[in-house]
Amino acid sequence: MPDLDEMPVLSVRDLNVRFGRNSIPAVSNVSFDVGRERIGIVGESGSGKSTTGRAIMRLLPQRAGVTAERMDFLGSPLLEKTERQMGGLRGKDIALIMQDPRYSLNPVLTIGKQVAEAAKLHLGVGGKDAVARARDMLARVRINDPDRVLSLYPHQISGGMGQRVMIAMMLLARPKLVIADEPTSALDVSVRKDVLMLLDELVRENNSGLILISHDIRMVAAFCERILVMYNGRVVETLSRLEDAAHPYTRGLIAAMPDPKHPVRRLKVLDRKSIEVETNP
Amino acid sequence: MIKVENLDVVYGSKDKSNHVVRGVSFAVSRGETLGIVGESGCGKSTVLRSLAGLEGAWTGSISFDGKPVGKVRTRDELKLAQMVFQDPYGSLHPRHRIGTALAEPIRSMGAGDGWTRVAEALQQVGLPAHFASRFPHELSGGQRQRVAIARALILSPPILLLDEPTSALDVSIQAEVLNLLADQREERNLTFILVSHDLSVISHMCDRVLVMQNGVFVDELSRQDLQTGVTHASYSRELFEASFL
Repeated sequence: MPDLDEMPVLSVRDLNVRFGRNSIPAVSNVSFDVGRERIGIVGESGSGKSTTGRAIMRLLPQRAGVTAERMDFLGSPLLEKTERQMGGLRGKDIALIMQDPRYSLNPVLTIGKQVAEAAKLHLGVGGKDAVARARDMLARVRINDPDRVLSLYPHQISGGMGQRVMIAMMLLARPKLVIADEPTSALDVSVRKDVLMLLDELVRENNSGLILISHDIRMVAAFCERILVMYNGRVVETLSRLEDAAHPYTRGLIAAMPDPKHPVRRLKVLDRKSIEVETNP
Repeated sequence: MIKVENLDVVYGSKDKSNHVVRGVSFAVSRGETLGIVGESGCGKSTVLRSLAGLEGAWTGSISFDGKPVGKVRTRDELKLAQMVFQDPYGSLHPRHRIGTALAEPIRSMGAGDGWTRVAEALQQVGLPAHFASRFPHELSGGQRQRVAIARALILSPPILLLDEPTSALDVSIQAEVLNLLADQREERNLTFILVSHDLSVISHMCDRVLVMQNGVFVDELSRQDLQTGVTHASYSRELFEASFL
């Protein structure tokens, strides 16, 4: 039996996603491995970064054609699994944290009910035990006074707290792979750092893999060991440090960001024509 | 150009009242760009909305160009300051063509039907003139924000109030919009007030930055402070560190 710690958590080769027949591919020939590490996927809106995340979770609609030469989660192919098997994996082994807690939490159930439901479902514990687990997990994500928060509804808590609740819910089952799709875009800068640190701490503790999907290349660079830069559905570059960026798109993205330490009168804008030439020679 | 003294905004009454802006005062000279930075709920957008005349519950005094303005604005006062909002999806009428949206300010000011100025206004913000016959959903986010800027500029106001103008946009599009704003500022000698939670955008655009927390200004930073990372209050230090991981 292969050593589970050595092999990659997720291994993707030539992932292609198309919507409808003969249409433009949303994701084309994307390949990467995720070990027990943190990798980032960066790109503009429409670059296919979220679609990649959803394709791994098999959450894309029926009409999306997903093909891949290989898409293995812990050695078993994800694309061959039945919907029922996927249901067992989602949330338990692969968790997805989405952008806005206001839309991903159920507005008519209390926080306690929702977090306890995750415990019931994935840990197989019942009633009181599940609530106790939920309470512990809320305390772990540094929510002060978890007993009070358990009885609150999603609209009664702030965005930062909502995202902590989401993280608590998702990491309760100690998933092997966490996909965080813009987890901090809806949050204030001051809360952003705390949420990222927390996510990082829990992922390390569980020894899981993390895919952080974001448009903010600086944040991803500060946080991840490896960065995939996506443009028009393709991975144009894989980086470990921002300084090594060689592709004109990546360099353009970095130059387009205002940097207070190096003020410029005009920001550089992307020259999309030359990028097209570079990506489709 | 802009002078604000003891601006107070309170919502609700008695025990349910919420004191959003607590007696802030500031002045902006002609051609200057002032940035206001802070977390959500600190009152920065409310200050801007009071300046634009969208808020009815303020007390204190606001004056543009030396002349005090009241809660109910005359047409001439409205022409002095125009606003660009955060969300280009929400700020354009979905069933009005771009041309109608751009001509609207001129029509409502009683200065003709405005159609003759639409093509020019579009070209000024770098969009082709035939976009006038399109609907907002046929434009990308960046193009929509350009239209919102064109609409604000069509009355040639000396003051532009910008409420998070680029936070709904990608960095590459953000750069284009910020460049457009900087060009227009230079061309027309505009006075800007820019509200944002993004310190790097603020420090790129602004000559002076006010840091806001719980309805009051806790710190004032010059352009040089921003470059060297000097802060004078613990809260702005925190914000600074959180913005640049």
